[in-house]
Amino acid sequence: MRIAVFITCWGDALFPGTGKAMVRLLERLGHEVTFEPAQTCCGQMHWTTGYRPEAISLARRFAEVFRDHELIVTPSASCAATVRTAYPRMDPALAGLRVYELTELLVDILGVTDVGASYPHRVTYHPTCHSVRALGLGDRPLRLLRAVRGLELAGLPAADECCGFGGAFAIKNADTSVAMVADKIAHIHETGADIVCATDDSCLAHIGGALSRLRSGVRAVHIAEILASEEGAGERAAAGTGGVPGRIAERMTRRVRRSEAR
Amino acid sequence: MRFADAARPELADPSSRRTRRQAATRARARQAEATAGLPDWERLREAGAAIRDRTLRDLGAHLEALEASVTEEGGRVHWARDAAEARRIISRLLPGDTEAGLVRSDVTDEIGLEGGNAGPHTRAAVVGARFLVAETGTLVVTDPGESLTFPGTVVVVAGIEDTVPTWSDLEVLLQLLPRSEAGRRMHPAVSTRTGDLQLVLLDNGRTRALADETGRAALRCIHCSACRDVCPVYERTGARPYGPGRAGPIGAVLTPQLGGVEASLGASLPFASTLCGACADVCPVKIDIPGLLVHLRGEVVESRRRRPVPTPELLLMRGLAWSMGDERRYEQTLVRRARWAGLLARDGRIRRLPGLLGKWTDARDLPVPPRQSFRAWWRRRP
Amino acid sequence: MSAREDILRRVRTALGDGGGPVPVPREYRRRAALSRRDVVALFGERVADSRAAVRHVGADELVTAMAAMLWAREAKGIAVPADLPPGWLGGLEGVRALTDVPALDPAVLAESDGVVTGCSLAIAETGTVVLDGGRAQGRRELTLIPRHHLCVVHADQIVGTVPEAVARLDPYRPLTWISGPPDGRGLEVLVVED
Ligand code: SF4
Repeated sequence: MRIAVFITCWGDALFPGTGKAMVRLLERLGHEVTFEPAQTCCGQMHWTTGYRPEAISLARRFAEVFRDHELIVTPSASCAATVRTAYPRMDPALAGLRVYELTELLVDILGVTDVGASYPHRVTYHPTCHSVRALGLGDRPLRLLRAVRGLELAGLPAADECCGFGGAFAIKNADTSVAMVADKIAHIHETGADIVCATDDSCLAHIGGALSRLRSGVRAVHIAEILASEEGAGERAAAGTGGVPGRIAERMTRRVRRSEAR
Repeated sequence: MRFADAARPELADPSSRRTRRQAATRARARQAEATAGLPDWERLREAGAAIRDRTLRDLGAHLEALEASVTEEGGRVHWARDAAEARRIISRLLPGDTEAGLVRSDVTDEIGLEGGNAGPHTRAAVVGARFLVAETGTLVVTDPGESLTFPGTVVVVAGIEDTVPTWSDLEVLLQLLPRSEAGRRMHPAVSTRTGDLQLVLLDNGRTRALADETGRAALRCIHCSACRDVCPVYERTGARPYGPGRAGPIGAVLTPQLGGVEASLGASLPFASTLCGACADVCPVKIDIPGLLVHLRGEVVESRRRRPVPTPELLLMRGLAWSMGDERRYEQTLVRRARWAGLLARDGRIRRLPGLLGKWTDARDLPVPPRQSFRAWWRRRP
Repeated sequence: MSAREDILRRVRTALGDGGGPVPVPREYRRRAALSRRDVVALFGERVADSRAAVRHVGADELVTAMAAMLWAREAKGIAVPADLPPGWLGGLEGVRALTDVPALDPAVLAESDGVVTGCSLAIAETGTVVLDGGRAQGRRELTLIPRHHLCVVHADQIVGTVPEAVARLDPYRPLTWISGPPDGRGLEVLVVED
């Protein structure tokens, strides 16, 4: 399938690794990835901070840039949620853009839960607020993670509770924001995981920034990096599993055709 | 005072934080259990939201119907434009030499009434209403009803929006309220009384809130406080930073809506939320609290744009929007930012940022932006 | 301008022409999908859940059961509404019924060992008894002041859900819905099945 990626302004500048991982993953699954170089920002930050006219012009720009794309994917639940839920409020003409969050695209549209990844680490998953409440991702990310070779998944206590990022909140109410992430980190430590992952680099920057300041040793990693990873799978690949991605891609295309036919 | 400043001392008190955490955990579990126990919970929420919308959309007619029913049944309705007028009316209605008992509610708090519990010994009572049924002129309270038994004066206080159109609307609201408020199937006591009341209806900013769609949505509130119980911000800060009005997410909406966004509290409350959405998920009348907060943030920003000297935040946000309005400008910004970040970085992380963003690095590192942005990488791909 | 006119005018200005009435989707359950027997059983469970004592008896056992419950509490003086069915207290020896005619003084009610009443109806799902001041219930104070309340519920007075109750209750009577014992006071419910 032909899939346009929306990298997000935050990702482009601070976490290009996430975008690269997403591209690698989709190509490994046999899809054609395109990148619109005119893309910048979806307008979320301006919208949620109260800068309406600025947000609306960024939103219109986004719609213009992605006008010709059927399928758009982004490694950010909150950006996907902005396009799908906030855009229609900004301007009804902006309704209907098909922007998917990565795990949603994989599970619902591409119909795959085993993406052939390998990641030999103990990992815990933090469901970000937008992924749970705005997009209703449910257990899709967990299904994908469970299928990753070598990955040991540790359940996070009080997982649904906000990490305290909240965009401008992290700055305007920095003390409360930090109090919240302190509790989140305590829960992450309870799991004994080495890695905490999520669907949003924004929340991960907050959690990871606090983990790094504490020299906790636990790292914050975007789920795209894990799903794209082939760490420790070298021997197997050499032993002739090269055909797998191709077969997966074939399967995918068939599934998509079937779901479209319905 | 700004919310953030008022929150600081609360955050620094470990024992009240522990108490609040425990209370929140218990309340959330009880609520979740009570609502899971009703197979039609979501359908009740739909009905509840519509009943409240219907009330507000035609509030003038319902208020007149309420007045007519109360009068018909031998009571009287008094109208108060603000808290001071309400207090004046109440003290005129209460016999001078008796001490009146109080059944408190958010509205009695709002107008600053204090007093002991109503009991068999008190001769008069001031009662905060839960609902007033316009069709029948019935007062509903969630209190054993002591206060409604006196031969003496019963003064009822309610916001104009506490009206519900019909008696049968109670079949929905009396299922939603107890489960959301206390995680119970029903309040330990619900009492009603029709007629024979002195009813004080309070505006106090409500007609102003009613004028826009967001304000009207907030007035759906049935005062269950479920949003507060699930709020992760309220859990950390407690009630005090929300000021004299209501605490928690709906307070962050209503205080600025009733009192304006110009004062520092009113201007900071819409930002006292991560927009995590937990409140909207539990609200029994489906108020989209995060959406309302975003709307109010817009109002705050608009009011600031009119200042002669732009705020640093406005300059920053405008600058960002300008650079993101064009991919070439945007890329230049990325390159410049990466260069600056390189200078600030130590051991692969940034520990201190200047200006507004210094609040971030007070307690959190920032990763050093890689030299090569995603778009630069994409261009150079074979 | 009076406050009344002022507020009503502001309401009207705020709302404009309103945009027509909002339809209310009433797709929630009105009745419980339960047999009569199960409704009665559910009521008993829910009352017990609310930490009130509950006993089920046949109609012919009512008098003995009531006497046993009062004796167990060593009750001496019990307040009763004037129209309590005379048969109910027939089995009592050594317990004085204080009839609320003329109205008993609050101090007397506070001193009494409890009150016995019937009810207007009861709700199974919520374990609630509703009093409306009608037959065998007396005025509201009667059940508010004494330290203990023994409430007799006939099985045919139990409805399944809150909507059924709201539809049956008379808005013009003073209603008291009781779900569980009030703070510091006791509640016993005697369910009479036929
Ligand atoms: S906003 Fe909703 S959840 Fe919050 S108190 Fe009001 S009704 Fe309850």
